[in-house]
Amino acid sequence: MRHAIEIDGLSKHYGPRAVLERFELFVEPGETLAILGASGCGKSTLLRCIAGLVQPDAGTIAVRDELGFVFQEPRLLPWLTVERNVAFAARSDVERARVKDVLELVGLTPAAHLLPKQLSGGMAQRAALARTLVRNPKILLLDEPLSALDALLRLELQTSLAQIVRETGSTAVLVTHDVQEALYLADRIVVLDGAPARGVLELDVPVPLRRSRTADLTDERIALLAALGIEGRVPKRSHRGLRVVAP
Amino acid sequence: MAKRPAALALSLAVPAGLLIAWFLATSLGGVKTYQLASPGDVARELGALWSNGLLWRHLAASIERVLLGFGVALAFAIVLASLVGLSRPIEAALDPTLQAIRSIPSLAWVPLLLLWLGIGENAKVTLIAIGAFFPIYVNLVAGIRNVDRKLVEVGQVLGLGRFELARRVVLPAALPSLLVGARIGLTQAWLFLVAAELLASTRGLGFMLTEGQQIARTDEILTAIVLLALCGKLSESIMRGIEARLLHWTDGLPA
Repeated sequence: MRHAIEIDGLSKHYGPRAVLERFELFVEPGETLAILGASGCGKSTLLRCIAGLVQPDAGTIAVRDELGFVFQEPRLLPWLTVERNVAFAARSDVERARVKDVLELVGLTPAAHLLPKQLSGGMAQRAALARTLVRNPKILLLDEPLSALDALLRLELQTSLAQIVRETGSTAVLVTHDVQEALYLADRIVVLDGAPARGVLELDVPVPLRRSRTADLTDERIALLAALGIEGRVPKRSHRGLRVVAP
Repeated sequence: MAKRPAALALSLAVPAGLLIAWFLATSLGGVKTYQLASPGDVARELGALWSNGLLWRHLAASIERVLLGFGVALAFAIVLASLVGLSRPIEAALDPTLQAIRSIPSLAWVPLLLLWLGIGENAKVTLIAIGAFFPIYVNLVAGIRNVDRKLVEVGQVLGLGRFELARRVVLPAALPSLLVGARIGLTQAWLFLVAAELLASTRGLGFMLTEGQQIARTDEILTAIVLLALCGKLSESIMRGIEARLLHWTDGLPA
């Protein structure tokens, strides 16, 4: 099967600091991959390289389909209403005709005429998601899209996001530092440690845990993963190269 | 909203106080009329100018020059600031020269403008345009430079080209700076108007000032000064109104 995204030999330095060094990653079509790691481990740089926002020093990135990017903050254009912000991304009449549909999908139809300054944080992030979805991208790059929201809202939007990814059949790469979020949304999790970034743990999320809030974290590897995330850092040596695949 | 009448009353208190002080200074005989005309003299002069039609003649001449000069300045500033703000090579080519021109005292242009353009309207409008140009230019360049990179990235991930990015993201985001610059530029236009009309003119508020001085009529001078103050304040209020309308989307404190 062809990969949706193939990354090979990717290197990126900021001055003397190597953020990515001969980094390799393959994303399967249709899967939701969570890239988990503490801040500064290079996970955002990786995503920005895929999106073309950062020019890598070396390496190849092959993307098989159209990309959509959701930032950590909504980044709505403050002078446009919600509807016009969504329409901002539309390139054709077909996509313009989708504006109302995607607003409905994210539950913002009643807020279509509001300005960004009139929106709550959750509404603004929903609008940003709608702007990305209006082009119907087959690959979604999600850069900690929910981390700026408060806990309850985050749960609510995780549910919406899971539903939207399922309904659109998208491939998704989710960058996050939230273990629960990764377990809930992802089919596969790669834990990164920096710098330079390297995968220290890879885990296929067992089917019963996917899209499940009642995740029973008895499996010791998942518990380990949770512990790593809760500590907010990944051990430097002990798990390097470790690949764990849950049954 | 309930505060509006109170704020209006407060803003009128100082002018009213000045008016009373002016009235007392002239009516109690402390100041001679050839040094300072009384408020009554100025009111009479205004009435006379109104009835013989000269008031409108002077005002219209000045307003026309200001609007023309300001319009020319606005057009040039928007084009040049956009080019300089959006392109580093163009900035390197143009900005040092423009900054050097900006540092020239405005009145230094006068002899040259008179030689080139004569003493007609063109020289006056050009001088006003030079004065109004720089605040608009400087503010718009700064506004373009300070556009939130995060918004620019939104355009980039959507694959917008340079031109589309400028048209749909950068320039709209720089609109607040343009309007601030335009407001300052319009004030500058009134300042330069007087400089232009003091030189050689047969009508306009600046002409009233020179004429008043030549025939020692302080009432005419003061009338022109009062009219200039009113015009300046009025145009500033209009610009603020335009800002409020165009910038209702900003998330700042209510003005």
